[in-house]
Amino acid sequence: MKKQPIYILGIETSCDETAAAVIKDGTEIVSNVVASQIENQRRFGGVVPEVASRLHVEQITLVIEEALQQANLQPSDLHAVAVTEGPGLVGALLIGINAAKAFAWANGLPIIGVHHIAGHIYANQLVTEMKFPLMALIVSGGHTELIYMEEHGKFEKIGETRDDAAGEAYDKVARVLSLPYPGGPHIDRLAQIEGEAVDFPRAWLEKESYDFSFSGLKSAVINYSHNVKQRGEQLNPEAVARGFQQSVVDVLTERTVRAAKEYDVKQVIAAGGVSANQGLRHALQKELAAANIEFSVPPIQYCTDNAAMIGAAGYEMYRKGCRSDWTMNGEPGKALTSWNN
Amino acid sequence: MIWLGIETSSMPLSIAVMRDEEVLVELNEAMHITHSQRAMSAIDEVCRLAQIQPKEIEAIAVSEGPGSYTGVRIGVTLAKTLAWTLNIPLVGVSSLQVLARNTMYADGIVFSYIDARRGAVYGGAFHIQAGEVISPVLEEQHLSMEQCIQQIQSYSQELKIFTVSASDAFDEVLREAFGERFYPVEKVFSVPRASQVIRLAQEKMSTTSVHTFVPEYLRMTEAETNWLKEQKSNE
Repeated sequence: MKKQPIYILGIETSCDETAAAVIKDGTEIVSNVVASQIENQRRFGGVVPEVASRLHVEQITLVIEEALQQANLQPSDLHAVAVTEGPGLVGALLIGINAAKAFAWANGLPIIGVHHIAGHIYANQLVTEMKFPLMALIVSGGHTELIYMEEHGKFEKIGETRDDAAGEAYDKVARVLSLPYPGGPHIDRLAQIEGEAVDFPRAWLEKESYDFSFSGLKSAVINYSHNVKQRGEQLNPEAVARGFQQSVVDVLTERTVRAAKEYDVKQVIAAGGVSANQGLRHALQKELAAANIEFSVPPIQYCTDNAAMIGAAGYEMYRKGCRSDWTMNGEPGKALTSWNN
Repeated sequence: MIWLGIETSSMPLSIAVMRDEEVLVELNEAMHITHSQRAMSAIDEVCRLAQIQPKEIEAIAVSEGPGSYTGVRIGVTLAKTLAWTLNIPLVGVSSLQVLARNTMYADGIVFSYIDARRGAVYGGAFHIQAGEVISPVLEEQHLSMEQCIQQIQSYSQELKIFTVSASDAFDEVLREAFGERFYPVEKVFSVPRASQVIRLAQEKMSTTSVHTFVPEYLRMTEAETNWLKEQKSNE
């Protein structure tokens, strides 16, 4: 007898993307819909939480409907609804959560609350099998973390940022360089152009630490740009972008490779918005290949926020028997804890 | 016709199931539990008590605001998702009319308002007689209590003013303005009831397009207001 496939509907609204996706057996994307608010939020130079919440309400049912239509599935074909529970903007999270509850209740489906970072990690399941033990580097606008995983659903944070997230530093430096929002991809693009680089410091912290710090680097870039302007000289944005990116990438790569060796992992995965950064991807690829450790990073469209990753993580939680109930709340500061049913 | 009514526009929660004009079950809470934690469970409980399966609901009525942004959004998100996935009509009604309807047999001006802080309210008022609206007095909007009083005074200097609100912060100001004509209604009539949400929806007759349905905030976000100001000053 042929095994029945398990379909999970994933929903994600933790920041400025309204997203829904259907995932088959945890690894196959049947549909993946993302309605981005970037165009609307650009005029504010960042994500305004109240605006984000309002736009999610406008989009949510359209996005879920589109995901089901693209998948050519009925609600009765689904096995569960997985939704981002946190961390994120609370008002934004609540739209996805309440839509997920109403949809699940009306269709007699269980609901599963997924940690946003677990989602980013499980985005890798959509392209390659996760091999344990593994080390995950999470880099985004809100997070910079190294997470050790012995098996599915077991998360041990071994390092994190002590101040700014890497993506936050990217956004701030982009503003200094007057690059459009969101700035990360622009810095990455400038940094790829051959040429000189401004020498910025690297925050190595204690020798054995796996933590990160980017606020000093950010200040160094701001000071440098002030000084150049005060001298009445032209700022060379490419040289600044290169120098800044080299500093970030050096630290992220050193930490990740050292952690991977120390913990003797089979695989390193990168996840989160900043893992779309070409400079970082190349550096990790090169250094991990030299260390003979398998490296996996999702295609760029699954690095940024999406619901496919929530569906992928939701599938493993579903198999483990994890279920939430109708009282699920948005948890803006939710910690990544291991799964238990 | 089986209706589900949802009211989450301010702190109290109200969920009702009605068959036509008959209330089968109504739940009213003022327990200061977030709507996000409580609303869906309450819908589940009320439907169980009414012995109604989700698929038996034939129409959804929701209080669309004004009120707490987050509260209204939770109600509207639940309502539009249910209406869409169950493929049934959705009707949004004003939270101020939901309050006013509690006092629909008053004879005079019914003034319902929600405290919007910093001296401002979301307010609306109607001239009512024997359960019928004679005329609108104050169009629903976000404004200062002072402006509300002015508009009501300019409509009538004689009629009684029945105020319906969860707040009593303005009672002194209102008493000063209207004197003997001021009738703050009892707290029990200031509860926003999901049964009234459904009754208003039944009277309204017109359904809304589910996908495009959004709350009536009655206010732009601060970020948008500032952005527009900047655009104007740059012109």
